[in-house]
Amino acid sequence: MASKEKAGKGAPVAARLGIWTFLATELLLFGGLFTAYTVFRITYPDLFHQEHLKLNRLLGALNTVVLLTSSLSMAVAIAAIRQGKKRLMQAGIVLTLVLAAAFLAIKYMEWTEDFARGLYPGSNLFFGLYFVMTGLHGLHVIFGMCVMLYLVVQGQRNRFSADYHTPVEITGLYWHFVDLVWIYLFPLLYLIG
Amino acid sequence: MAYYKSYVMVWIALIVLTGATVGVSFLNLGLWNAAVALVIASTKATLVGLYFMHLRHEIKLVIGFALFPLLFLALIIIGTLSDTMTR
Repeated sequence: MASKEKAGKGAPVAARLGIWTFLATELLLFGGLFTAYTVFRITYPDLFHQEHLKLNRLLGALNTVVLLTSSLSMAVAIAAIRQGKKRLMQAGIVLTLVLAAAFLAIKYMEWTEDFARGLYPGSNLFFGLYFVMTGLHGLHVIFGMCVMLYLVVQGQRNRFSADYHTPVEITGLYWHFVDLVWIYLFPLLYLIG
Repeated sequence: MAYYKSYVMVWIALIVLTGATVGVSFLNLGLWNAAVALVIASTKATLVGLYFMHLRHEIKLVIGFALFPLLFLALIIIGTLSDTMTR
């Protein structure tokens, strides 16, 4: 399998190791917050239960679907460029960008609703964690969008092919990681708080 | 073509699992709520890792790089809890 993968498709091993190492630091960055969440969730179960009910479960679920779908379009974009299908790759990345923007728009609506109801990062421990965790995750979404915008521009200049598309592969891995973080944030904050 | 099809299948599974975890959250199962939510989230994470992140076809070295940080995360969480839980 490994030798087959080297033949034209996929990124070089060094690039894959590099991005996975970066993702390791990212995991530990979020890991600190997940640890804080775990400790306070165990220490103040009643506060967490009472406060998490104030979140909009439906919008959270909708955002989960949006982000999962953006992972699909990213995976399709990578599969496409591995076969040299440039237009399908471009379409996949643009769709991922649109879905990422939709995710942020929904998040914006949620935060606006929270602020309107007087819920701020300083309101209590749960909302402190909620805003910091979803805020840090949102920053990662914005960063991912910047990189994808760069990919679209480069793609437009015909920089990627079946033989060379390492930046697309690497961005894909980063984007799926952002999705992975949300896969845990959603149940922890919205469902079992 | 086979790739696209398997990606769509994985996506359907992820959406179904999202529906399931939201559904379960409306039931009152006590401590089991958290357990079920975490098991479903981990199942989803595994699907994303194996299929979307290509770990299914990855070489051992890269799989090692992907999984090793999870040990550190476990170490941080368990290490912290062993302190805060026993105060």
